[in-house]
Amino acid sequence: MTLLAARPESPPTPPPRARRRKRRFGDLVRYRWLFVLMLPGVLYFALFRFWPMYGARIAFKNYIPFLGIDGSEWVGLTHFREFLSNPDFPRLLENTLIVAGLSLFIAFPLTIVLALLLNELRLQVLKRTVQTLVYIPHFLSWTVVVSITALLFAIGNGPLWTFFGWILGTDANMLADPDWFRPLILMQEVWKNTGWGTIIFLAALAGVDQEQYEAAIIDGAGRWQRVWHITLPSIMPTIVVLLILQTGQILNTGFEQIYLMSNALNRTVADVFDTYVYFAGIEQGAYSYATAVGLFKAIVGLVLIFGTNWLAKRFNQQGIF
Amino acid sequence: MSPSTHKRFNTRAGRAFDVLNVLLLTGVGVLAILPFVYVLAGSFATELEITTRPFFLWPEEFTTTSYESILSSDVILRAFVTTVAVTVVGTLIQLALTVLMAYPLSKVDLPGRRTVLSLVVFTMVFSAGMIPTFLVVKDLGLLDTYWALILPAAINPFSLIIIKNFFQQLPNELEESAKIDGANELQVLRHVVIPLSKPVLATFALFYAVGIWNDYLSPLLYLSDTGKWTLQMILRQVTAAASLSADELNSDVPPPAQGIKFAVVIIATIPVLLAYPFLQKHFAKGMLIGSVKG
Repeated sequence: MTLLAARPESPPTPPPRARRRKRRFGDLVRYRWLFVLMLPGVLYFALFRFWPMYGARIAFKNYIPFLGIDGSEWVGLTHFREFLSNPDFPRLLENTLIVAGLSLFIAFPLTIVLALLLNELRLQVLKRTVQTLVYIPHFLSWTVVVSITALLFAIGNGPLWTFFGWILGTDANMLADPDWFRPLILMQEVWKNTGWGTIIFLAALAGVDQEQYEAAIIDGAGRWQRVWHITLPSIMPTIVVLLILQTGQILNTGFEQIYLMSNALNRTVADVFDTYVYFAGIEQGAYSYATAVGLFKAIVGLVLIFGTNWLAKRFNQQGIF
Repeated sequence: MSPSTHKRFNTRAGRAFDVLNVLLLTGVGVLAILPFVYVLAGSFATELEITTRPFFLWPEEFTTTSYESILSSDVILRAFVTTVAVTVVGTLIQLALTVLMAYPLSKVDLPGRRTVLSLVVFTMVFSAGMIPTFLVVKDLGLLDTYWALILPAAINPFSLIIIKNFFQQLPNELEESAKIDGANELQVLRHVVIPLSKPVLATFALFYAVGIWNDYLSPLLYLSDTGKWTLQMILRQVTAAASLSADELNSDVPPPAQGIKFAVVIIATIPVLLAYPFLQKHFAKGMLIGSVKG
């Protein structure tokens, strides 16, 4: 299966030069209305997706808004070096990787488990009801999720504050406690997105040939064996594609959640690359430096996504490109 | 699995698993909405009940004071109205731009199609980042305007490609016959393609709407005028006081009453929940269409 549609179609044999030019001109006339329709969209991509990429050259300059981008002086890799040698860097990297790791190694497998359990459910009414319910949190904003968290963990009267306080014998303010930051982030992530994440697996499972199961039953395969030998292999391509995409996102921790959950008291564990870019760039006005941080993140992401894609292909899985 | 095969497998262990699975998934389903039900109940409870009862799903004493005090405050009401307006206008613009671009791209022999598609896919794996985008929005003079909440994310590349794939698998004959009748491309799009794609387009319209409604980053980045804040920004302002004292928030305003926080969460969520049943009807199908075809 292909998530991205950039699959190369077999190139048509190129016609001789003269004929080709003529055909091209003819095409332009023939397709002129389609080009007109596409114009606003193309303009959008040029303005809001590619122009910023050109503007990102301020990462290699000392950008002073008054002088403009072109008037500002080139400084090469200074900002990148400054960032990599910054004492904050190891901490940011650690925090970012831990948050990403929690979602990759805990939330993601949980999604697969939930999809498999839903798939084993024979009661169709219950299956549909549970699906409807677990998709809901995905549509709530991070602001709402974080606000609900604040209400659930409110000191003195929050239900979860009371519950965990009773179990663990603590009366800590979990919302401000650095030790609680990561568990809370993981809980929110699992609550918000696990259910939604099952959609793609359930779609893949719906396409599995039911005769395979019947054949396996006749061969005496138990339930667990069927899951292991039929169900799992059939969603393997989906798992691989999602893993590739997620690896590419490893340095993108989701700005809103982390930003909204961080406060003066948990900064040491809460600061990640995304929020760092915001604080350095927007709040402190260090545009060039923050752009360099963002660019570093984007390039690492790009390398990772192509790297995992290459690895996946080496292991005979279909990649995404 | 067909019902006939069920019998072969009703071993004792299999039945035990089924029972456990039913219980577990029922629990998961309940947990998914329980926090929200608590907040809903809290929004109708008295201040006293919220601060004394640790958990309840139904208020002992039913009151609407929280909502009344919100409705008497201009700030939240105005934020609600503007957010609704921005969401409606923004969704129309974003959907229109997406459809107008997806349709030409669905024509396999369109010159330059592959280049455009590759560039679109490229934006999915690489983006310039927050600051350069912020500077573009600033240069375009969009700071402190509602356009900044709509235009920078106008076309979602994933949605674009899924809609394009959907258009691509529509039967060609209808379009051809419309063209023979003298329809131009825009007319074909309006009278043939769009009517055939209503469920898919409705799904993506709702995705866009939810995206704008829920957006926190854009108003945070682009709106410094607090008078223009959207509901999510106000919500944050109101509920952030729950976890931290006033001086941790660097604010000298006393934290608002508990009940109001509950009610604001509900108000910020209700429109999304109202849209959900419509969304739910179509999205699984819509996602599937996009992911199967290349």
